[in-house]
Amino acid sequence: MAKTLFDKVWDSHVVRKVEDGPDVFFIDRHFIHEVTSPVAFLGLENRGNSVVYPERTFATADHNTPTINQHLPVEDPLSANQLDALEKNAKKHGISHWGLGDVNNGIVHIVGPENGITLPGATIVCGDSHTSTHGAFGAIAFGIGTSEVEMVLSTQCIMQPKPKKMRINVNGKLGLGVTPKDVALYIIAQQTTSGATGYFVEYAGDVFEDMTMEGRMTVCNLSIEMGARGGMIAPDQKTFDYIAGRAQTPKGADWDKAMAYWDTLKTDEGATFDVEFNYEASDIEPMITYGTNPGMGMGVTNSIPTADAVEGGAETYKKSLGYMDFNEGDSMIGKKIDFVFLGSCTNGRIEDFRAFCSIVEGRKKADNVTAWLVPGSHKVVDQIKEEGLDAIIEAAGFVLREPGCSACLAMNDDKIPAGKLSVSTSNRNFEGRQGPGSRTLLASPLVAAASAVEGVVTDPRTILNANA
Amino acid sequence: MAYDKFGVLTSTAYPLPTENVDTDQIIPARFLKATERKDFDINFFRDWRYNADGTPKADFPLNQEKYAGSKILVGGSNFGSGSSREHAAWSVYDFGLRCVISSAFADIFKNNCLNVGVLPVQVSAAFADKLFVAIEADPKTEIKVDLPKQTVTLVATGESESFVINGYKKGNMLNGFDDIDYLKNIEEEITVFAEKRPF
Repeated sequence: MAKTLFDKVWDSHVVRKVEDGPDVFFIDRHFIHEVTSPVAFLGLENRGNSVVYPERTFATADHNTPTINQHLPVEDPLSANQLDALEKNAKKHGISHWGLGDVNNGIVHIVGPENGITLPGATIVCGDSHTSTHGAFGAIAFGIGTSEVEMVLSTQCIMQPKPKKMRINVNGKLGLGVTPKDVALYIIAQQTTSGATGYFVEYAGDVFEDMTMEGRMTVCNLSIEMGARGGMIAPDQKTFDYIAGRAQTPKGADWDKAMAYWDTLKTDEGATFDVEFNYEASDIEPMITYGTNPGMGMGVTNSIPTADAVEGGAETYKKSLGYMDFNEGDSMIGKKIDFVFLGSCTNGRIEDFRAFCSIVEGRKKADNVTAWLVPGSHKVVDQIKEEGLDAIIEAAGFVLREPGCSACLAMNDDKIPAGKLSVSTSNRNFEGRQGPGSRTLLASPLVAAASAVEGVVTDPRTILNANA
Repeated sequence: MAYDKFGVLTSTAYPLPTENVDTDQIIPARFLKATERKDFDINFFRDWRYNADGTPKADFPLNQEKYAGSKILVGGSNFGSGSSREHAAWSVYDFGLRCVISSAFADIFKNNCLNVGVLPVQVSAAFADKLFVAIEADPKTEIKVDLPKQTVTLVATGESESFVINGYKKGNMLNGFDDIDYLKNIEEEITVFAEKRPF
């Protein structure tokens, strides 16, 4: 029978089907971080269980780590306590741990692929909803709760009903200044923040085939923002080239054996999806959000829709615009901004820093803007330096910080103050997400860079055209 | 962690009709720094419940005396979107709630609720509206959630709707079991499976 990519990977990981219940689902790779794992370890120990396959779990500190002076002790005692708990738990149970300062440290969804832990056809979970990132490699990857973290530690399985299948095809060529982030924000705006709830998405078509692995990771990362549990893209030569030779990828005969399997990881002709959507690349513009969920996005040159033009209740919509201090019909272009954040598991990779630099090179940061540039990992930092991007960043009046989740969720000191407006390359514009009272505009690294040098929301195409 | 069994629950309810309530609102990230599971009720809906100076916001339903002590929350559509933080489900439970009713839930939040002993009850948008109207008219409106029969009923009028839950999870909720109990029982089967994984 013709099967989808998702079916192939899912079905091969079902240990057993529970009658009138979920599947017992085997997990190949498990990432843990300091925030959602301590209670799981407590539960494990309270029950007298042990970690059954410590070699399948990988710990990295990222959520509440500082992004300056990482060589000094962490000042916030609660954060320090969580980081300490992660290190102790990892050590006690024989789990690899990349703490602050480790050369492999960084945001969990960035260091996984960098180190070859993320593989096609694998099942990957983490107590973090952006685990969907790893689907870029043709893995089934999704976020779980802390109870499930404990399940994976103590049994290497979780109990999951199989999601329904959605395919999203985007064909054609992307225009100038349109990045993978814009593709994702466009799709989410079409789907709304709950349109894909209950589904696992496969992304297909020219646009994803043409995309780099970094771009695919950005797209899959944002799958959760339309309610999907995860998203995936069939592995191809680009995928294999990316993972080949990384620290933990199979080598030699194991690689050949794995390749034979990976070559089968595509949706068969005639396989069916529960629902399918088709979008055109030429309809996608550089995007920006204007509300308090990622579905409230539009082309950067558009005006904020009126309440009667959007799905859902008018009251919730107006409450959202009220929080943002925006009005229906407002144009976003030209709105004065206070902060720019480049980073996160969505846009904290080398390609994002290259994109940012393509705009700021030879220009200066606007005086009214505070900018936080936070690479996703130490490897990204090294690459930035190797390519000389650090010099461009510095010359333009920006400062490069140290890796971590940072202002994406503001668990560390990188908090946008109340009322301040931030153009952010991260993934969520929820109320207070970047600090109590903060107001977030989600956008691509290009929009963030253009806005950072102009001091107001700016269409990056104006600068890219001037550069050309 | 063990939770109390769930059978039939009759209670008044807090209404929260706002749509797309995300887990950053249910519990903001800055309150996720504990290494133990306790007292998550304190910061449940922190920024919607309290002003920046710590005083309660009088118009927020969770602060209103007329709903106090309710064990049910009726939420707007797409309740619990966003982050996978189980702390959100813990804060629901720790606040004394055992059931959240909505016309749509985000997947991970729904899973987390089931894993910590909070019953997510998905009803039609029309029935959810009916509940909001009834609570608005009378804050003492009682709602009966019957897990064995899989029904939710407006006690005063008898209007009722059935809800879906798989037999396995239903059994867990009725008995206070969790998935680890199940998984540890089939450990050998998992071991055999694990040995065959290519990587």
